[in-house]
Amino acid sequence: MASSTVDQSQVARNGLREKVLTLNSMNPRVRRVEYAVRGPIVQRALELEQELRQGVKKPFTEVIRANIGDAQAMGQRPITFLRQVLALCVNPDLLNSPNFPDDAKKRAERILQACGGHSLGAYSISSGIQLIREDVAQYIERRDGGIPADPNNVFLSTGASDAIVTVLKLLVAGEGHTRTGVLIPIPQYPLYSATLAELGAVQVDYYLEEERAWALDVAELHRALCQARDHCCPRALCVINPGNPTGQVQTRECIEDVIRFAFQERLFLLADEVYQDNVYSAGSQFHSFKKVLMEMGPPYAVQQELASFHSTSKGYMGECGFRGGYVEVVNMDPAVQQQMLKLMSVRLCPPVPGQALLDLVVSPPAPTDPSFMQFQAERQAVLAELAAKARLTEQVFSEAPGISCNPVQGAMYSFPRIQLPPRAVQLAQELGLAPDMFFCLCLLEETGICVVPGSGFGQREGTYHFRMTILPPLEKLRLLLEKLTRFHAKFTLEYS
Amino acid sequence: MQRAAALLRRGCGPRTPGPWGRNQSSAAAEASAVLNVRPERSRRERILTLESMNPQVKAVEYAVRGPIVLKAGEIELELQRGIKKPFTEVIRANIGDAQAMGQQPITFLRQVMALCTYPNLLDSPSFPEDAKKRARRILQACGGNSLGSYSASQGVNCIREDVAAYITRRDGGVPADPDNIYLTTGASDGISTILKILVSGGGKSRTGVLIPIPQYPLYSAVISELDAIQVNYYLDEENCWALNVNELRRAVKEAKDHCDPKVLCIINPGNPTGQVQSRKCIEDVIHFAWEEKLFLLADEVYQDNVYSPDCRFHSFKKVLYEMGPEYSSNVELASFHSTSKGYMGECGYRGGYMEVINLHPEIKGQLVKLLSVRLCPPVSGQAAMDIVVNPPVPGEESFEQFSREKESVLGNLAKKAKLTEDLFNQVPGIHCNPLQGAMYAFPRIFLPAKAVEAAQAHQMAPDMFYCMKLLEETGICVVPGSGFGQREGTYHFRMTILPPVEKLKTVLQKVKDFHINFLEKYA
Repeated sequence: MASSTVDQSQVARNGLREKVLTLNSMNPRVRRVEYAVRGPIVQRALELEQELRQGVKKPFTEVIRANIGDAQAMGQRPITFLRQVLALCVNPDLLNSPNFPDDAKKRAERILQACGGHSLGAYSISSGIQLIREDVAQYIERRDGGIPADPNNVFLSTGASDAIVTVLKLLVAGEGHTRTGVLIPIPQYPLYSATLAELGAVQVDYYLEEERAWALDVAELHRALCQARDHCCPRALCVINPGNPTGQVQTRECIEDVIRFAFQERLFLLADEVYQDNVYSAGSQFHSFKKVLMEMGPPYAVQQELASFHSTSKGYMGECGFRGGYVEVVNMDPAVQQQMLKLMSVRLCPPVPGQALLDLVVSPPAPTDPSFMQFQAERQAVLAELAAKARLTEQVFSEAPGISCNPVQGAMYSFPRIQLPPRAVQLAQELGLAPDMFFCLCLLEETGICVVPGSGFGQREGTYHFRMTILPPLEKLRLLLEKLTRFHAKFTLEYS
Repeated sequence: MQRAAALLRRGCGPRTPGPWGRNQSSAAAEASAVLNVRPERSRRERILTLESMNPQVKAVEYAVRGPIVLKAGEIELELQRGIKKPFTEVIRANIGDAQAMGQQPITFLRQVMALCTYPNLLDSPSFPEDAKKRARRILQACGGNSLGSYSASQGVNCIREDVAAYITRRDGGVPADPDNIYLTTGASDGISTILKILVSGGGKSRTGVLIPIPQYPLYSAVISELDAIQVNYYLDEENCWALNVNELRRAVKEAKDHCDPKVLCIINPGNPTGQVQSRKCIEDVIHFAWEEKLFLLADEVYQDNVYSPDCRFHSFKKVLYEMGPEYSSNVELASFHSTSKGYMGECGYRGGYMEVINLHPEIKGQLVKLLSVRLCPPVSGQAAMDIVVNPPVPGEESFEQFSREKESVLGNLAKKAKLTEDLFNQVPGIHCNPLQGAMYAFPRIFLPAKAVEAAQAHQMAPDMFYCMKLLEETGICVVPGSGFGQREGTYHFRMTILPPVEKLKTVLQKVKDFHINFLEKYA
């Protein structure tokens, strides 16, 4: 295990010995992991922020973090009711305070009763507080028009990411040609590629169709699957709906087609539905995979294995920092389900404040509750603003020459395609950078706007994109979009 | 079936209220009916089965929430349903969860947390100014001034600075660099992450990880999952569970036959054993790690739980530093702490940190990258950690109450530790080492041969058999020693000292009575 030459000379100079843990001796799978959303461009953004703080002059006065789906970091306010109930749970002395509405107090008491020692500070059981899992099941039933959900099939998690990793972990087996393959959309949210790299599973790409608003085509699934069978054992199919980074909302027919495909080809379905509350387009509607699966009847409904994920980080709540989430498993082998619980138990339990928050998300104030009106108003305001920002983004980008943007039907991002002049592409390659990374770095240096290059999510060869959130406040977003399109025009001119 | 399927395909029609009054589509109602009648014929084999699943996950065991705890859950349900038992409640003495057993959270901590959660309260006269100051400081360091934003993957900056300051104070001035601090989702998260990065190689060069026997079974579980090689070193029961470097040497030598031992894990104060390592012992271990080129993991989550007046907590970091530059510049060390234990008992918040020493800068980059995939640890847990490392100081409004509460909790734990040790040692056939620290008793039980045979007939480890019987007859749930590891032919169980004093006395008495009966029964 030789170190690099740089290492060795440094070591010699400092009289230090070679370390136990080096790039060469570390877990090679971990080394292969990449996660662009917080990758190199964000690190550069941090450096620039540091420089600004130190008074270094820049062509901009602030760095805009349009790289990550964090609504509250961009000024979105938390929902009052959620924070009231949580505060009451955290500090139950407040139950005596006149400054909290009665319904909030009732909720807090209900949650605390279900906690060990009536405290958020106790571990819960590893699948999450029983009462909250029951509430989640009821939420799912209401959402899906009455189709039953079993609380025993609901597992709370530390954000959706935690549960996605756990399910993928269960699926990875075999070696060489029989190694588990997992189909993921391109473009994808890079948690999937990162996790597959870490687990040493085989990533199998299926391309979404940019020309048709990022539609999912079963023929493409077929193509990907057939090619994959050459070198791995495909066992799972991941779908993100509404899509990240693409924002498309799948039609019901498409979901049925995917389910049929998964069933025929014996693929475990993972449905990442964290943006289920973020649907903006008038022609789009969210259909849960669970609901469609059940409504398709047997054999699908009783045999197709499915795991569906949700989170408190998105929607109208934006409670990213609390790391709340759940997975609902359908038709999972009972013995495997026990194994999953066992795996979760090693980490004891998901954060209890996050569980409490999730409870409020799945059972919000009812129309007869005192907090209902304010809750509704806040919720509608957030969603309406997001919808307006989605439309604005789409509009500005579509009008810009050299930039095209599919409709932002849902989620929180735009993923516009950018034309880059050949000289820029060449220069990027000389610098050892993906062309859209080069573009994004230049954008950052010139304007302070931080977005994530399309290469971080995957895209068809020879195409370039970036993912930008729609989260900054409306007027600020307008300015950003204008700055960005101006920069793109300038960039195009400069490298033509 | 066909008709049902056809109906279901039309499922998106107008909603009609179902017979049970809920508003649902008629198709959905049919779907429900169908689901209750599963076809008896040919269910095809599932994709994900015990045979096809990840074998490494299958190999994982975690006794603290294992079979005996599942059984305890079943019994609780039976009690709820009114089934008569020789007891009225199940006592969960299996897990180090203080608040679940009635310990009260620290007032100041919850005040600051409430202010952070619902900042409107900053205008309330019911909160002390020092709590508000802390809350404002935390919120200002959060994106959008809210606990609801993701933080940097390494954790909120000012909290890392506070952790570094805490470590420096704790270690008598030995400096800690905030850049070496990583906030984590409980200590378990940090431990798991570091082990993950360390594991490499194949066959005889597969990474070996030295762990104490008995150990906290997070270690064996993670090692299993990562398909690393577990290398056991035995703590010396006759010597108060002391760590003997000769035993480390033996373990490493034997391990080199079949793996590449790279990592040495220490739990101090110990879990389940409760021993607090002497400074000399820590120096010996560090020297050994230096000699053998081992990466050191120091699990120090019980650093605030030291009861024995003859014992003192010495952090590995401090001792390493004080051993001089040959060690302090070379030995790679990761130390872990948590909000779950100590006097705080904030298990549910999943707060923790690790401090890394002498890690290669490129490795630190890899570490942040790995952590970034999961975005960040829960920010409320980070805030809780901040208060733990930055508590009220003399002169501050909340200091007196804070001190009182802290001393009360720790005094209580110390009392219960002594009580437990003394009572167990009065029971014939039980021997309990001094509970110098942590939260557990790990008494040795001497089981008659007939009991061991009975256990084997039931295909259970003898101490699992014992613990199951204890659970069924008294409702007391403890974890068998086989879940933690022990020398061949010895039997133990781990019981927490967390129930309130009077209840603990009752529990101990019940265990005593049970044990005496058990000895008679299997004489």
